Amino acid sequence: MRVAVTVNGTEYARDVEPRLLLIHFLRDELGLTGSHWGCDTSNCGSCVVWLDAKPVKSCTVLAAMADGRSVQTVEGLERDGQLDPVQQGFIECHGLQCGFCTPGMMMTARWLLDHHPDPAEAEIREVISGQTCRCTGYENIVRSIRWAAKHSRGTQ
Amino acid sequence: MHYMQVPSQVEYERATSLEHALSLLNRPDTRVVAGGHSLIPMMKLRLAQPEMLVDINGLAELAYIRLDGGQLCIGALARHADLLSSAIAGEHFPIFHDAERVVADPIVRLWGTVGGSLCQADPSEDLSAAFAAARAIAVIRGQDGDRLVPVREFHRGPYETVIGPGELLAEVRVPVRPGTGSAYEKVARRAGDWSVAAAGAVLRLSGGLGGSPREPVIESAGLGLTAVGAEHFVAAEAEAFLLGQAPDTGSFAQAGAIAAEHCHPVADQRGPEDYKRHLVAELTTRALRRAAIRAGAPKSDGDRT
Repeated sequence: MRVAVTVNGTEYARDVEPRLLLIHFLRDELGLTGSHWGCDTSNCGSCVVWLDAKPVKSCTVLAAMADGRSVQTVEGLERDGQLDPVQQGFIECHGLQCGFCTPGMMMTARWLLDHHPDPAEAEIREVISGQTCRCTGYENIVRSIRWAAKHSRGTQ
Repeated sequence: MHYMQVPSQVEYERATSLEHALSLLNRPDTRVVAGGHSLIPMMKLRLAQPEMLVDINGLAELAYIRLDGGQLCIGALARHADLLSSAIAGEHFPIFHDAERVVADPIVRLWGTVGGSLCQADPSEDLSAAFAAARAIAVIRGQDGDRLVPVREFHRGPYETVIGPGELLAEVRVPVRPGTGSAYEKVARRAGDWSVAAAGAVLRLSGGLGGSPREPVIESAGLGLTAVGAEHFVAAEAEAFLLGQAPDTGSFAQAGAIAAEHCHPVADQRGPEDYKRHLVAELTTRALRRAAIRAGAPKSDGDRT
């Protein structure tokens, strides 16, 4: 079937099987490999992208379900050559080691900050509670998101 | 790539209206997909192999939470996050907020739906017990109109419901009665996990409230149990015991013991049977205590709301 999705503002259309998962559509059909394919069971959250402006675990959505909708991926965080404060925060606070969970963490963090610009630590921990990091112990991820909250776009 | 999990071949149709969805659902081996967070993983594992998926995400007319005619009405397409953030639901049935707070994780809750949870009929799923405790009614829409089925008769067994071909769960409604309090208590191994065990309580108290000298008694009691093999997710014997009792620690502990005795947990990776029975007793007692406080019963030491 024909699936047309607007990804990071650009429309892409491909002929795909209805069973194709959104994560594989992004990675294999469009070559957008920033989103990571992890556990395949909606547990780990490394595949989180936005579908119609809400984060979703894209290993659990069919590409067909995204037809006619808009998707934002980690590739779309940077604007005009400037990193998003969330990306900068992960650099400043060493919010990653291996980096596998990072794209999903950052997409969830950006969504949180868009809705709660100054979240408490507990809110940050809650919102990433469905995403797994095996390196950092989460401590530096929470610090990175706090850093981003203090440095909104344009103030860094 | 060799270990990639993908569903088997399936047709996909997007429902453009409720009538369209119902006509598509008349075909054999057709499943509704909304959030897809249970169905799609099951399809990857070949535990479900529908011929066709009917995507109802576009049916905005099924996505609502409202009060109507003295009932809390929840459209099947309301997302978990919607129910969790609904002030109306929280005011009348805090049990749904308690339960939604521990359904999966915040990202899954943005997509998973209330109707999908009930229709998935997973024995470890939290909302089934919460709605059973609240004596909710499922509104099942077919081409000839609606039929109303108590949630306590909605599940035919694990992963099976009474919904037939050409039918769709449209709404869950719960009668709102004054003097009611409710709560849900769950123990899971880690954040976002399925219950090891959980209990939901809905209590209505009469007499003695609002400063009257008469001691309050339990006028009606609903008790739901999750993941412990309770028939229809209900602790019926404990409910019967509670009628007419005083809403106090003694009767709640006894109800917990009765609930633990009559459920049928099985040992698995989440724990042995005796531990699960222990949890049922304790969580039932705690849920009852919280529900009673929310219904207006006096607090005792150590109670929380």
